[in-house]
Amino acid sequence: MKNTDTGQPPFITLGDVTKRWSNGVTVLDGIRLDAERGDFISLIGPSGCGKSTLLRLLSGLTPISDGTVTIDGMAPVAAREIMSFIFQDATLLPWRTVQGNVELGLELAGNTTAAARREACGGLLRLVGLSDVAGHYPRQLSGGMKMRVSIARALATRPKLLLMDEPFGALDEMTRDFLNEEVLRLREVDRFTTFFVTHSVAEAVFLSTRILVMSAKPGRVAREIAVPFPFPRTSALRSAPEFLERVGEVSAALRTVKGAH
Amino acid sequence: MRKMFKEALWPAAVFLAVLALWQGACTVFRIPPYVLPSPPQVFATVVERHASLVAAFRITAVEAVGGYLMSIVVGVLVALVFAQSPVVRRSLFPYTILLQTVPIVAVAPLILMWFKSGASSVMLVAFIICVFPIIANTTQGLISVPRNLVDLFAMANASRASQLLKLRLPHALPSLFVGLRISAGLSVIGAITGELFASSNAVGEGGLGYSITYANSQLQTDYLFALVITTSVMGCLFFFTVTGLEWLCLRHWHESAMKVDAD
Repeated sequence: MKNTDTGQPPFITLGDVTKRWSNGVTVLDGIRLDAERGDFISLIGPSGCGKSTLLRLLSGLTPISDGTVTIDGMAPVAAREIMSFIFQDATLLPWRTVQGNVELGLELAGNTTAAARREACGGLLRLVGLSDVAGHYPRQLSGGMKMRVSIARALATRPKLLLMDEPFGALDEMTRDFLNEEVLRLREVDRFTTFFVTHSVAEAVFLSTRILVMSAKPGRVAREIAVPFPFPRTSALRSAPEFLERVGEVSAALRTVKGAH
Repeated sequence: MRKMFKEALWPAAVFLAVLALWQGACTVFRIPPYVLPSPPQVFATVVERHASLVAAFRITAVEAVGGYLMSIVVGVLVALVFAQSPVVRRSLFPYTILLQTVPIVAVAPLILMWFKSGASSVMLVAFIICVFPIIANTTQGLISVPRNLVDLFAMANASRASQLLKLRLPHALPSLFVGLRISAGLSVIGAITGELFASSNAVGEGGLGYSITYANSQLQTDYLFALVITTSVMGCLFFFTVTGLEWLCLRHWHESAMKVDAD
């Protein structure tokens, strides 16, 4: 509702979104949320709070039981044109080279020539520093490299909305920190809006403009914490007192949520 | 090169030991050649009758390859149908198992009775024995695509056709090759079995299967041995051709081919 002064509707609106499984369990209950263009929203909470399910509802991969989701004026399935999903694992096609994997999105969209795809993806690979391994197959890459390829593939279609489902959970801390900075750097180039599921409080604070702390059974937004640090953010931020203070605040909120069960 | 030599050393030693035992048994127990010919006798027969061995090899190879190719086409098509719906799969799969469990020696004479006795009927026998491993393995490969990859294609609004061509088929390729390797050996067995029943009244000079029956009835045991060796050579040739093809197709990305790569 920040944009009321311009009269523009928010980029993404969730109106009382509810999700029930067929066995009657309510995973998400009455989620209300507006997101503006350029928002980086982290979802954090105990397992079973439905944060991954919320991403799947936004992507249209899982249908909503009740309520409405509007993305840039469209329903989720129609809005796939302008969004990309990054999964927990890199989900690369092992029979394609790095270049081939990054080209996949554009290739499936079907309105580009092979030469144009090569050109566009070559530029992107340079941007994420993967030019040297463009001809490599996924099995030759480390976990962190694979995830960078996955990110490059997601960005190749120039999405306006990026959904990231705990993409760095399986990586060691150094790689994770590095990729966090990488994501912010790419965000400076292409101002995409992001929903980011994570278990790491520090990661959420470092990346986000807003953090949604969720409670489980049923999944609800228990608290929203704004992160006002200006962009671009650098690794120096991680040792700043105000950063650590914000981490403490989110951790405390998370403990209250967990303590309730 | 030295490594290859080392690798070959032990199998070669075993081969020589078996030959020695064989020769020893022939000499010590004075086994008549029509029961067990000695290695030199078999070798002499191979050299002497190589023309008819090659001719028989050709006939059987054509039949085996014909049945094998048929089973690949039909097997992959059936697997594609099976992969489309669990209902179809559940209702038809038991019958494909039946295809595998019915003894081929019992079915072969029926096929040759129903259809014209000849190369095409023998191919049909080879086809029947080859098709099940291909159906089973390809279906498994097509339906075992990881959920996230399917979602990835859904997010890109991929058509059913590109999902099949760019995701399911490449993902099923390693499984298809498992089936192809099994069936490569089976195709030779199928062709030989078919010929045991087929060629007897059709042609004077048939394939390996027919020649085996002939050599057996004439007590030409040395020739019988030569024929068995020729058959094994054919089986190995098929198997290694398919394995080589598999390596070519999968070497960059699949575990099974990578292991060969690493050696």
